[in-house]
Amino acid sequence: MTEQTTYLELFTIFSKVGLFTLGGGYAMVPLMEKEVVTDKQWLNHEEFLDILAVAQATPGLFALNMASHIGNKLKGVRGGIVASMGVAVPSIVIILLIAMFFHAFKGNIYIEKIFRGVRPAVVALIAAPCFSMAKSARINRRNLWIPIVACLLIAAFGVSPIWIILAAGVGGFIYGRITSHHNEEHPIR
Amino acid sequence: MIFLKLFIVFSKIGIFNFGGGYAMLSLIQNEVVEKNHWLTNAEFTDIVAISQTTPGPIGINCATYTGYTSVINEGYPVWAAILGAVLASLSILWLPFILMLTISKFLLKHHQSYIVQSIFRVMRPAIVGLIAAAALLLMSKENFSSWDESPFAFIVSVLLFCFAFVGTRLYKIHPILMIILCGIAGLLIY
Repeated sequence: MTEQTTYLELFTIFSKVGLFTLGGGYAMVPLMEKEVVTDKQWLNHEEFLDILAVAQATPGLFALNMASHIGNKLKGVRGGIVASMGVAVPSIVIILLIAMFFHAFKGNIYIEKIFRGVRPAVVALIAAPCFSMAKSARINRRNLWIPIVACLLIAAFGVSPIWIILAAGVGGFIYGRITSHHNEEHPIR
Repeated sequence: MIFLKLFIVFSKIGIFNFGGGYAMLSLIQNEVVEKNHWLTNAEFTDIVAISQTTPGPIGINCATYTGYTSVINEGYPVWAAILGAVLASLSILWLPFILMLTISKFLLKHHQSYIVQSIFRVMRPAIVGLIAAAALLLMSKENFSSWDESPFAFIVSVLLFCFAFVGTRLYKIHPILMIILCGIAGLLIY
């Protein structure tokens, strides 16, 4: 599958994601998952979650970070550039047109109506994949506290997601060091 | 020289932006409005509103718009302003791109190692919590209206939310189709 991917395909898929992502950030997640994981199968669900975590913890634009990695995985550095441009080009063109003909767009009643319908749907699109992601993340009774605490800290206490990711990373690293030491002593498991 | 300044300022915004989108806005506001006076505060608010109603990452939207407007305000012709818009947009991208590419190469090489896998074993459940939090935080007055403001708009919003949730979750309707359907619904209902 990876061998057959062309630059054009890479660009098209990511520009589709860029074109239909409204409001940026997490609104892009369900779209990208559908295109890249479900349809194209360039990544599996675990890889997608992993790169989501890394993209979130790395400076820069979330969607672009995802695109850079996925493009790089499929076609190397040039693939990364093509995928990133795929996300960026539709926005650049649209904003340029708006900047040039601003007054026709600002306060347009039909556009406002359309977006009043779209906004709640975007929230639903972000909420819906949480359940399937819970399965990919192997959430069970023992680690259920992790997503709950993470969600509470962010939504109720305003903690930045960056700190959550970093804390989870450090926690996982320590856990890994302890258990790998354990594995060396008891190589049966 | 406006072009060099655009390049430096937006490169800086790109690399110092953690957490994307909204976290970036205060940084952009500080550089573009307070320090460089490329835009007024009202113009900046306009861009944020436009960014929310146009596709693509907000950071890129802001960069494109600021690049165009600042060059026009300096008295350059339209073609130079287009150049400025593209330059500002690419400036915001290139440093994080190099950084992400480095991380990506490391990941592809070491993804299966025990320690990297242990890190992700804890990060994955956390990310699910993160996304749930994002969805919760977006259930706001701006996106759903409110009962006090307009009961009609609030009920329509909740219904559209349920429709989109059930549609994608149970009937696997494509997210893009869903956005288009709800856009049409908004156009017809309001």
